[in-house]
Amino acid sequence: MSRRGARLHIDWTACEGRGLCSEMLTEILAIDDWGYPLARDGRPEPAVPRELVAHARRAERLCPRLALRVLPEPPPTRPQGGSQLPPS
Amino acid sequence: MTMLDHRESRDRRTSTDDYRPLPPGAGRLLLAAHPDLATHHRHLGLLPPLAQPARLLAEIDAAGLRGRGGAGFPTARKLAAVAAGRSPVVIANGAEGEPASAKDRTLWAHAPHLILDGLQLAGALVGARRAIGYVPAGPSTASLRRALADREAAGADPIPVEIVEAPDRFLAGEESAVVSRIEGKPALPRDTLRRVVVAGVDGHPTLVQNVETLAHLALLARFGGAWFRGVGTSGDPGTFLATVSGAVAAPGVYEVAYGIPLGDLLERAGGWVGRPQACLVGGYGGAWVPADAADVPVSTAGLRPFGAAPGAGVVVALPAGACGLRAAADITRYLAGQGARQCGPCRNGLPQMAGTLTRLADRERSPALVAELERLTRLVEGRGACHHPDGTVRLVRSTLRTFPAEIDRHLAGTCGQEPMPAAGGAR
Amino acid sequence: MNEALWYTGRGAGLVTLVLLTVVVALGVASRAGRPLPGLPRFATPVLHRNASLLAVVLLGVHVGSLLFDPYAQLRLVDLMLPFAGAYRPLWLGLGTLAFDLVVALVITSLLRSRLGATAWRRIHWAAYAAWPLAVLHGLGTGTDAGTAWLRAVTAVCVLTVAMAGAYRLLLPDPATGPLGPPAPPGNRDPRLTPLTISGPPR
Repeated sequence: MSRRGARLHIDWTACEGRGLCSEMLTEILAIDDWGYPLARDGRPEPAVPRELVAHARRAERLCPRLALRVLPEPPPTRPQGGSQLPPS
Repeated sequence: MTMLDHRESRDRRTSTDDYRPLPPGAGRLLLAAHPDLATHHRHLGLLPPLAQPARLLAEIDAAGLRGRGGAGFPTARKLAAVAAGRSPVVIANGAEGEPASAKDRTLWAHAPHLILDGLQLAGALVGARRAIGYVPAGPSTASLRRALADREAAGADPIPVEIVEAPDRFLAGEESAVVSRIEGKPALPRDTLRRVVVAGVDGHPTLVQNVETLAHLALLARFGGAWFRGVGTSGDPGTFLATVSGAVAAPGVYEVAYGIPLGDLLERAGGWVGRPQACLVGGYGGAWVPADAADVPVSTAGLRPFGAAPGAGVVVALPAGACGLRAAADITRYLAGQGARQCGPCRNGLPQMAGTLTRLADRERSPALVAELERLTRLVEGRGACHHPDGTVRLVRSTLRTFPAEIDRHLAGTCGQEPMPAAGGAR
Repeated sequence: MNEALWYTGRGAGLVTLVLLTVVVALGVASRAGRPLPGLPRFATPVLHRNASLLAVVLLGVHVGSLLFDPYAQLRLVDLMLPFAGAYRPLWLGLGTLAFDLVVALVITSLLRSRLGATAWRRIHWAAYAAWPLAVLHGLGTGTDAGTAWLRAVTAVCVLTVAMAGAYRLLLPDPATGPLGPPAPPGNRDPRLTPLTISGPPR
């Protein structure tokens, strides 16, 4: 599992934007205008590189709202979902 | 024109060539709509007993039936996913939170037995223990109650159907919100980690299917996949219920085949009132198609270049006298107000997008507003438990793409256009 | 030997009280929704957790040494069941109650991800009962009760928690306070046009 990395799921209904994860996982998460985690790779479930999986699990445990989950499979190579439209 | 545009216009032509219209005067759902059970059975016959579930599932798959609630997910795949679990629940979703849609209400009123046939069939296919009609209060609930009483007397429902009332909110029909409501909680979307088809109502695998999809299913089971594919396009077979409103002479619900040119659909609704400008297609969280593209087919492939999709079949016509920015700002403000207030990016981002777009519509002469809107759409997209923020982003992006001249006039302070003129006729 | 157990028990008790005070203060402060000055956000919960684990170790030493001290005459049941002891049952019982609560808090916190955030948070409110019980237990029982220095230490503990509470309550909470710009009046459907439903062709 951790050989291929993982992905990070954010339960937006639970997240209150306390900002711990964005500080702990600066490589993966930035912070948005309102304090909520913002995936740097633009995916709904950002990729967690292999070497950061253990660190992401620490962030998962420390999230005060239990809103973070490290999921075993890395995200699909193509950014998924959304209504990403070609620029006109 | 970019290369992208070329490729897409070729797609569009292919799907147009492919289009097989409904014969004039023909219809499926609406012609087979008989509110009383005796007439329903006399015209359509009894629902054939389910002898080989796997074969019917394969037939639905081959027929290419897709969900009619907006997302357009293949129905056979959803059925198969739910059937894989233990003691599933099936739900006929007729909440219709989208204000510009009236098709589900129309079906409840005129074809409750088609919906309920489809619900029983879906229930039998997945081996469900519970079946639920999720329906807004008022005439739709009354119609469902009457239909269920008739069917009970006739023994038409092997799985007893419960009625759960849908609140009058935009998000009441969102799949996981439906599940929450049926569990007795507020109708709010949930986190996507536990998928509804795996663990929905009280942890049971749950099929939430739009009522129009179920009605199509009831006909497909009777007349077969080849019949079903007989109209529409190869990518989007069959018919759909379109709710056409706005600047048309006869707003209402019309059944047409997928692939119908947008202009023809508007003709069905009596044609434009006034000079055409653009159509909002798909719903409030949809996208604009300018009036000069009236030949565009209403299908997934045909609408893709505009960032639109047939969705729940909503078409709102905007006449030349109306300001597209004003209309979009009003809708965006409505969508912002209808959020579930659960997810931070949506709760904060949608009001901010609505506010910025309103400032633009109010002719605040600041070019930074457009850049700010673009930034906000990127900030909000894909960051919520449901697709409410994504739909709003789709509308805002489409507005910026469709009305560049309008935006210039607003930034120059010269747009004197009025909002949508009040159309005649009471509701 | 017995003297050593007695001194260990008293000392460990006092250090436990100080550590529990730190734990409660950090816990209250971490709910304030902003980092403590000079610390990154994740430091507060990490400190809170580590201090509480340390407090549990010291609490174990406190209880264990007094259990084996013949003078204190503690039975095993007195560790779990309050107000049944022979020696100052009320004051000792408060300590037993606090001990039970701390054990429950630690176990539920270790199982937090299984328990779910809501259930865990409800149980965690018991911390606000455990700490005052521990303070009263320290004031009312033992050799050092009533000495000026113990009262001084207790006063500093109470002051610390009070300051943390003020930090939490008096500064507006960015997470639960006003959220961004107020929602515009958008609950009304713009109702672009009134809809009429056309029935099926007759």
